[in-house]
Amino acid sequence: MKVQTKPGTAPRIETKTGADLLVESLIKQKVDILFGYPGGAVLPIYDAIYRARESFTHILTRHEQGAIHAAEGYARVSGKPGVVIATSGPGATNLVTGIADAMIDSLPLVVFTGQVARGVIGTDAFQEADVMGITTPITKHNYQVQHVSDLPRIVREAFHIASTGRPGPVVVDIPKDISANPCEDEYDDNFHLPGYQPNIKPNPLQLKKLANALETAKRPVILAGAGVMFGSASEELRKFAEKHSLPVATTLLGLGSFPGAHPLALGMAGMHGTFTANRALYECDLLINIGARFDDRLTGNLEHFAPKATVAHIDIDPAEIGKNVTTHIPVVSDSKAALQSLFYHAEFTSDHDDWLQHLSDYQKENPLWYKNPAKEMVPQWLIEAVHNITNGNAIVTTDVGQHQMWAAQYYAFEEPDRWVTSGGLGTMGFGFPAAIGAQLAKPEETVIAFVGDGGFQMTLQELSVLQERQLPVKVIIVNNGALGMVRQWQETFYEERYSESLLQIQPDFVKLADSYGIQGYRIDTQEEFIDLLPEVFSYNGPVVLDCRVLRQENVYPMIAPGKGLHQMIGVKP
Amino acid sequence: MRRIITATVQNRSGVLNRITGLLQKRQFNIESISVGRTETESISKMTLVVEVEDNQKLEQLTKQLNKQIDVLKVTDITDKAIVARELALIKVVSAGQLRNELQGIIEPFRASIIDVSKDSLSIQVTGKPEKIEALIELLRPYGIKELARTGMTAFLRGHQPQSAELPSYSLLNR
Repeated sequence: MKVQTKPGTAPRIETKTGADLLVESLIKQKVDILFGYPGGAVLPIYDAIYRARESFTHILTRHEQGAIHAAEGYARVSGKPGVVIATSGPGATNLVTGIADAMIDSLPLVVFTGQVARGVIGTDAFQEADVMGITTPITKHNYQVQHVSDLPRIVREAFHIASTGRPGPVVVDIPKDISANPCEDEYDDNFHLPGYQPNIKPNPLQLKKLANALETAKRPVILAGAGVMFGSASEELRKFAEKHSLPVATTLLGLGSFPGAHPLALGMAGMHGTFTANRALYECDLLINIGARFDDRLTGNLEHFAPKATVAHIDIDPAEIGKNVTTHIPVVSDSKAALQSLFYHAEFTSDHDDWLQHLSDYQKENPLWYKNPAKEMVPQWLIEAVHNITNGNAIVTTDVGQHQMWAAQYYAFEEPDRWVTSGGLGTMGFGFPAAIGAQLAKPEETVIAFVGDGGFQMTLQELSVLQERQLPVKVIIVNNGALGMVRQWQETFYEERYSESLLQIQPDFVKLADSYGIQGYRIDTQEEFIDLLPEVFSYNGPVVLDCRVLRQENVYPMIAPGKGLHQMIGVKP
Repeated sequence: MRRIITATVQNRSGVLNRITGLLQKRQFNIESISVGRTETESISKMTLVVEVEDNQKLEQLTKQLNKQIDVLKVTDITDKAIVARELALIKVVSAGQLRNELQGIIEPFRASIIDVSKDSLSIQVTGKPEKIEALIELLRPYGIKELARTGMTAFLRGHQPQSAELPSYSLLNR
């Protein structure tokens, strides 16, 4: 209980509820946007939010999955934790995909779920689900609040854990009686986490080893992952690469960590990466991985991954080092701190003219390619056209599949934190709600959601949010009437048996947009697209473009499953 | 290879679930796990006996355990000088005339009879897992009706010999 004195009034006793403490804590964490969906077990919380409505914008998505993907998009471009609220039971379980997605892609989220009252937990009460049990394996940490007075400390811990070290999602499960009841005890939010001390300063001995390896290397290459951007180290990466003439390949999630048009940029590596980036990883004698986790879609068959290389790995998460690839020089560190120290440890400069020339020859001989009939919409051409009109500076979100790979290949990002995609989990339905979150984080920027016709239909109910908030997101449906990547694999590996991958029946996306009061266009030819684009991008409101692209187009080049980086197919037309 | 891992953890609800869930998710085989309070309030100690393929997997195991917020310290004590004990309760079929014979068998193991009924008796034995195994084998011909084992609990001896003194001492991997 706290005694409050207002000037001119008698002192009165004011008792705060758990929900009040939660709202207070959120304000203290400088949270300004909440993504959520109300329900029975969070009614006290929503009532407190109503009272504090001047402090927050609450985005009411039309499905909890939309809320959490929007929070992921918000977190990815703003660098701040995305905050989500959902009710108990189905509200919480609808978040599960997004929580797992944020976990594997290291996105900071703080997720509040309602829970049935403490007295009935474990009795299979109405809308009860074991949120702790369900989310333990897919969160960085999770809490169930047992005492009202613990709430302020738990909220502060949750934000600290979510946003420091390797970022990740934290779930706080709040029983309804905790949020509804007054807090009678003293409370404070001081915390002590002896089991959580993320190391951000690199070990100088390892950096010295890395500098020595760099000095003698003939064919060095950098692999830049999302960790470069989590550490805000893009500037340091560029200077380091330039100082030592190091070619840079990026992972899918690392796109933008190094300027796409830079002479040292090799593009994306991995299953659908460039020939040159993959050959560089295969032929190198020193591989410097900065903030990437050697995902299997990147490495291909591990037997053929960087077989001649000394491997150095800079990562803030020690468990990633040596997990998949044997590492000779482990550096547990924040990417920025490691790169800054490397300037000191590697004072020499290097040139690797022969190696760079070799890679440049590869680039000239084996560029990305597609056949352009110049009339019909070719998906790769579509991405390039959007890249050109936005000068490679838009914030781009995607779903998962062919259009995602084409966007990764052809939308060369010049700046960090502009690429929002579901990499590790590969979540269809991610791109559109993520664009909503990204646009809310950066209201002045152009935000484009490239979505497939399949993925868009998983979360398109969030068109309501575009309408309600008049967010100028440009939704570009790369419509090939199929689950394109599934169809491509069935064509390549299952003798063209297109089992359940062709979407014969679709809504009229233009009418659908119209029913939400959103401008929609159907585009069938390149000419129509070119004519329309200036209007689309000068209009300060939401637009849905149904782009009918060539249906038989496949993503190339490609490393088939089980093959090594040097065994790409579809390298040339 | 079998490894003995100890983990000092915050004594919070769900911590055992976090550990076993993690090991299951990463496909580690738990042979036994024992948990109990320590001299410090709010801190528990777990002893895990796990079967891992190689050193790389072992390193992953300890790193992943260390990543848990509620885990304070993880140590692989397999190759250290340690004290390791397990307790087993063994219920053996026994008519009256066999009791003396059984008493003779268990005596060298410093085991004791803790319950007697008309047609069975229960034996308690404490010691290294090998010793317990040996006693179980000796008792098996008499007919074991029920067997319960606690799993190993262990910690470091007060004095750790220098590596020169005891180059490859290992309880499990001799």
